[in-house]
Amino acid sequence: MSPKTLYDKIWDAHVVHEAEDGTCLLYIDRHLVHEVTSPQAFEGLRMTGRKVRAPDKTIAVPDHNVPTTPGRENPDQMPEESRIQVAALDQNARDFGIHYYPVSDIRQGIVHIVGPEQGWTLPGMTVVCGDSHTATHGAFGALAHGIGTSEVEHVLATQTLIQKKSKNMKVEITGKLRPGVTAKDITLSVIGATGTAGGTGYVIEYCGEAIRDLSMEGRMTVCNMAIEGGARAGLIAPDEKTFAYVNGRPHAPKGAQWEAAMTWWKTLRSDDDAHWDKVVTLKGEDISPVVTWGTSPEDVLPITGVVPAPEDFKGGKVEAARRSLDYMGLTPGQKLTDIEIDTVFIGSCTNGRIEDLRAAAEIVKGKKIKVKRAMVVPGSGLVRAQAEEEGLADIFKEAGFEWRLAGCSMCLAMNPDQLAPGERCAATSNRNFEGRQGYKGRTHLMSPAMAAAAALTGHLTDVRRITG
Amino acid sequence: MEKFEKLTGIAAPLPLVNIDTDMIIPKQFLKTIKRSGLGVNLFDEMRYDRDGNEVPDFVLNKPQYRQAQIIVAGDNFGCGSSREHAPWALKDFGIKAVISTSFADIFFNNCFKNGILPIVLPQEAVDVLMKDSEKGSNARMIVDLEAQTVTSSDGEVFHFEVDSFKKHCLLNGLDDIGLTMEKAAAIDTFEAQASQARPWV
Ligand code: SF4
Repeated sequence: MSPKTLYDKIWDAHVVHEAEDGTCLLYIDRHLVHEVTSPQAFEGLRMTGRKVRAPDKTIAVPDHNVPTTPGRENPDQMPEESRIQVAALDQNARDFGIHYYPVSDIRQGIVHIVGPEQGWTLPGMTVVCGDSHTATHGAFGALAHGIGTSEVEHVLATQTLIQKKSKNMKVEITGKLRPGVTAKDITLSVIGATGTAGGTGYVIEYCGEAIRDLSMEGRMTVCNMAIEGGARAGLIAPDEKTFAYVNGRPHAPKGAQWEAAMTWWKTLRSDDDAHWDKVVTLKGEDISPVVTWGTSPEDVLPITGVVPAPEDFKGGKVEAARRSLDYMGLTPGQKLTDIEIDTVFIGSCTNGRIEDLRAAAEIVKGKKIKVKRAMVVPGSGLVRAQAEEEGLADIFKEAGFEWRLAGCSMCLAMNPDQLAPGERCAATSNRNFEGRQGYKGRTHLMSPAMAAAAALTGHLTDVRRITG
Repeated sequence: MEKFEKLTGIAAPLPLVNIDTDMIIPKQFLKTIKRSGLGVNLFDEMRYDRDGNEVPDFVLNKPQYRQAQIIVAGDNFGCGSSREHAPWALKDFGIKAVISTSFADIFFNNCFKNGILPIVLPQEAVDVLMKDSEKGSNARMIVDLEAQTVTSSDGEVFHFEVDSFKKHCLLNGLDDIGLTMEKAAAIDTFEAQASQARPWV
């Protein structure tokens, strides 16, 4: 048999039908659903009299719109339109008999945090969701990607997706990371190197010592942003860390099924002589703590750098950089560490897990914030509970952070958590697009530790100067 | 879905790279539970000021582009979120084709599900068509999906590639779900085999 990549292996195990031109019908093992991209899909089913084909493989949770302030079970807390969307999801989950974690359930949270936490995401699976950051689940060696609402409807009705195979890209991070450098810095640095369109047409497999050394949570951070590099999905081959993470989760296999699953899961790695259409290699030692300066995730620089000038770029990027700098209110040559911050947001499906909160709490412990507003929004109710048990919540509150309930919150600002025009935010989320965190709001992306450092000083800060 | 007919229309230039889905349709408009009515909010934050007045400089606000059916854009159009609201808004405005050197993957797929044709052409071709689109309503571009060509107002013809299955569906206005439902037996067989091989799924 010819050598295969991990992507090839998962793909092959899920092809239901292949047409002559290579268009495939791919079976979907897990379908995650949230309130924003699903109402029209359920509506479509109703209009055509179709059912959900595999309700036991379909899991829904409201996250994008929900308020993250106490008392939110009271629907009056929500703006009318958000309330309608959440109510529609409640209704659809009930009518179609799918798994559901309502706002009142402690397991509710951001869909990409809930899936792995509950053991819905397992190695070798195909996972889709009407959300581009579905790539997160690739950390388990699952083929996971975002789909549009028409495709949500297609998966609901048929449990399959019409797909053509992407190309294989290997992204290798060799060696060790330096102190203060995290999974977020890896994933931003990769995008900085390849550009936001660099992965278009590819599925990425991340590998190398620095990736192996990451925890499962760090790996989720890396895969989460594969989409920001344009890739359809990001994958990491499962290993002992993966199995240990999965073992014992509510929906993970048990007993004899666990053994059978392990037998297959252990084969889920790219063969040594597998073919790659593109290879990108970064040295772990060369990666610094980074921040973004512009309005595209590819606008990445080490925190020790200065704001670039439009002339530093080529082609269409010159005009884009000019527009970015204008939008961000920055001057070429300005030191990144001189950029003042008034808001800090720690959360999102990129960095809203317990290790992220621990990393941020370690920096702020016993200190006070110097920004106008700082908030921590745990990625799920369970992350929140654990952080409270570990005393992290108290550390944040004493430092002056708001301690919120689980949801997407200021990652995309669909709920009331928004930046005012001109406000500048150090954020652990994944998109710095214009208006993403609020009309005319300005976003700098970074790791939780770096965001915590910025909260303490009131400007972008090299976390290594705080930790020494 | 509507069939994609041969199109002769005005093209609007948007010479920016990385036009993301947040620009195409900002999130405050994602709260709808319908597919229609998003056209007025297409490119909302570029098109209107805070008080809801039109920004006169924005291309789609200029009289000569109000009837545009084609957009010519910079690299990596549609990057960002999976929101199908982006193609819904384009379609509702009246856009039927977008021309660029590259598109983000999910957006690209979403277009086909909504009868919009995303056309990938090399940089030189996009440059020519970008110039052509600057002529406004004096010029008409022709998009012929059957022949896989775009013709500039000067008669210059550019051939583009398109996936044969997607082309077939678009030309005939076929609904994917209906097509897949015809393969229900194959899905049943697959499911039966998979539940033996991977019973934990
Ligand atoms: S946290 Fe942000 S990126 Fe993640 S699913 Fe929510 S809105 Fe999307």
